[in-house]
Amino acid sequence: MEIGAQPLTLLALLLPFVAAALAPLLCRVLKHNAAWLLALAPALIFLHLAGFVPQVASGRPIAGGYDWIPSLGIRFSWYLDGLSLTFGLLISGIGALIVLYSGGYLKGHAQQGRFFSFILLFMGAMLGLVVSDSFLMLFVFWELTSITSFLLIGFDHGRQAARRAALQALVVTGMGGLSLLAGLLVVSAVTGARDLSMLLSSGEAMRESPLYLAALLLILGGAFTKSAQFPFHFWLPNAMEAPTPVSAYLHSATMVKAGVYLLMRLNPVLGDTAAWETLLPVFGGTTMLVGALLAVRQTDLKLMLAYTTVSSLGLLVMLTGFGSERALEAAVLYLVAHSLFKGALFMVAGLIDHETGTRDITRLAGLSRAMPITFAAGLLAALSMGGVPLFFGFVAKEEIYAAVGVLGVWPVALIMVAIAGNALMFAIAFTVGLKPFLGSRDDMPKRPHEGPALLWIGPLCLALLGLAAGIFTQALHAAISSPMASAVAGMPMDITASGIPHLGLPLYLSAATIALGIAVYRLQSRLRDVIAGALDAIGWGPDRGFDQVLRGLVRVSFAATRIIQNGRLDIYLTVTFVCVAITLLVPMVAYGELPAAPQFPALLPHEWTIVMIAVIGLGAVVYAKDRLTAIVSLGIQGFAVALLFMLFGAPDLSFTQFMVETLSVVILALVMTRLKLTPSDHRRRRDKALDLTVSGSCGVAIGLLLLKVTQLPFDDRLSAFYEAHSRELAHGRNIVNVIIVDFRGLDTLGEIAVVMIAGLAILALIRVTTPDVAKDAR
Amino acid sequence: MEAAFSVLVALFFGVGIYLILSRHVIRIVLGIAIFGNAVNLLIFTSGRITRDGVPIIPAGSDLLAGPAANPLPQALILTAIVISFSFFAFVLVLAYRAYQEIGVDDTMDMRISEPRDDQLPPMGY
Repeated sequence: MEIGAQPLTLLALLLPFVAAALAPLLCRVLKHNAAWLLALAPALIFLHLAGFVPQVASGRPIAGGYDWIPSLGIRFSWYLDGLSLTFGLLISGIGALIVLYSGGYLKGHAQQGRFFSFILLFMGAMLGLVVSDSFLMLFVFWELTSITSFLLIGFDHGRQAARRAALQALVVTGMGGLSLLAGLLVVSAVTGARDLSMLLSSGEAMRESPLYLAALLLILGGAFTKSAQFPFHFWLPNAMEAPTPVSAYLHSATMVKAGVYLLMRLNPVLGDTAAWETLLPVFGGTTMLVGALLAVRQTDLKLMLAYTTVSSLGLLVMLTGFGSERALEAAVLYLVAHSLFKGALFMVAGLIDHETGTRDITRLAGLSRAMPITFAAGLLAALSMGGVPLFFGFVAKEEIYAAVGVLGVWPVALIMVAIAGNALMFAIAFTVGLKPFLGSRDDMPKRPHEGPALLWIGPLCLALLGLAAGIFTQALHAAISSPMASAVAGMPMDITASGIPHLGLPLYLSAATIALGIAVYRLQSRLRDVIAGALDAIGWGPDRGFDQVLRGLVRVSFAATRIIQNGRLDIYLTVTFVCVAITLLVPMVAYGELPAAPQFPALLPHEWTIVMIAVIGLGAVVYAKDRLTAIVSLGIQGFAVALLFMLFGAPDLSFTQFMVETLSVVILALVMTRLKLTPSDHRRRRDKALDLTVSGSCGVAIGLLLLKVTQLPFDDRLSAFYEAHSRELAHGRNIVNVIIVDFRGLDTLGEIAVVMIAGLAILALIRVTTPDVAKDAR
Repeated sequence: MEAAFSVLVALFFGVGIYLILSRHVIRIVLGIAIFGNAVNLLIFTSGRITRDGVPIIPAGSDLLAGPAANPLPQALILTAIVISFSFFAFVLVLAYRAYQEIGVDDTMDMRISEPRDDQLPPMGY
């Protein structure tokens, strides 16, 4: 393993983000031709990564990175072995083709620059995800792919269906992301590893830990939602609301495989246990069957492909968890093959849609003459997807059957699933890649003709690659498949499968699949009706469940808001003061901290008089029957307080209090004479009793607190400091004044600011008038 | 002495809160004014009360002549008085303008931003 800072690799990882930032600008200048320039970014990354192939193939992974947050030991570090390198090549290679394709597909779209930005952002996130070494980086990029996927699905945000699909994808994959984070934290706590490369060598400790099952379930929660495994599959077909380049790139070739990537990556750590080898095949197999059956039900080209993607992802998960090296080899081959043919078929579907104006299979026919290049690309991709000899899909399928075709109850069950699923996918492959081009031309919204080069380069390249890979299998195995399989298995592997058919059980199974597939292809419309009828009979699915959950959430939060934010000030205040009383009283009683019974207070007669005046003022405010009494009573208690300040050594306070109370009374009198209000109380007796209890408890609680505080020894250090230094340091004799203008001068500035802002707010309140609106609302 | 002041402070708080809890805007404003005084007295009392004189250094000396009232709570209260006064003025004007605009002084009826018959938000996406 080579470790070190590799500035060029860092640059390659950052390049998509740079390109994303430049895209809108380039698009404004060059229009759709910006695609040619922008495609250079992924192409360069592809070349850079391709340069690592020989070294990785010789079994020496590449690791590198930079310190990110050294104080927390977090690094921006990458780890390139066969698995991540293959993913990286797929992401950048298909990415370049997709950028070109988007240039043609969204030609003339007002927001094309934004689209390029989003898709390049996604590319950067996905690339980061597969090369990440540290857990934290993996998680950040994982979530970033969810977010960019949200942006891309909702690209056509004017339509509600697109917004719903985007939100749904974000909610489902975002929840999965949280589950993954929790899982990674558990793994990290058990093994102490923070990096994948470190974790790969501590599989034993992980599998024997009592927390193994928890970690496994949490990580599967992340992987299954991202890779659309049943019952979380529903978001993927809905994601077809996105423009077709997005469907081809994110929702078939790359992002949805992130879950599979994670499972493959962690196979050496979490795999080889009973739980792993049960959960993965069961969920994967179910997903494969459900996806394939639902695909046959569709008439929309993109939806058919979307459901077969679900199905293929199920197959990949099933193979990953099958528990034999052969199955891992099959998974690796199928993953690569799937990326090639599914990307191509999606682009063909988009091309047909773009040129004819419809994606409805029942309306499309006879396009072979008008769109020959598209036809070639579609047919080649369909042949690979159908698993016809010489194509890469065939290699993968042979390997699947070779892996699963061993005796035993479990493998036989899985082999039935695999044959059924593959046959259904065979039928869909040709429905998309062949059927629209045969027959006589029907009525279509647009007169079909071949699309521009930008549109057919991508699908044709991928389809041809599928053929080339099937022919030159040995070279491909040496460079790509074997290193990838070795990384997944955690031990050196050598794949030998080839595209040339040779007699044996796998070939018979392949032949059976193709025969069954042809039968399904011919009977498709009848089968479609049967499945549609069955679905209607069930009448509920997780997609509708999602709506119900969200609606329930809105209802619950609405109800909760009505209780908490009920719009009644008296309730808010009552709750607040009840809490105040409880927080003060309960600890005091519970911890036995009540104050000691005080001595009879030693006040002088004139002091008692002033205290009594304050009490009388307070009582008068409460009982005042008319405005003037209330105002004057308020003045009485205020002046009494001022006198108390005066008597107990606080002349400054006294003067200020006199001034403020006078002003208060004057302003209050001015305002209250304008309002036709009586200050008398018109609460019901029961409300009054409650309010009295609450305010009484608060008063008692604060009184007890104060009594307790004053019974404790007094800490006069701060006061002593001011007394000692007032003259010496600040050259002032009035210590109170010195504190305010000198020691705490900045605080006083803040206080002045508060007064000023209050003044401005008052001014604004007086000036602002809202004619009619507020009055109407009543 | 502090004991007497504690009782007085408790009374100030009780009355202030009782007024604030009433649903009438004008009584709430009066309650806020009393509440401000209650807090000031609370700070004053917790800094201990003395009849020893004012915290002013006599001419010709660098230190206080003898024991005096605690200057620290006084400085705090001086700030608090001014701020509670601005708050009082603001609340008063707010109440006045609210009454002008919507013609009620009962907080039960001041429900323009949180109407009683609030509807569920739209269920679409």
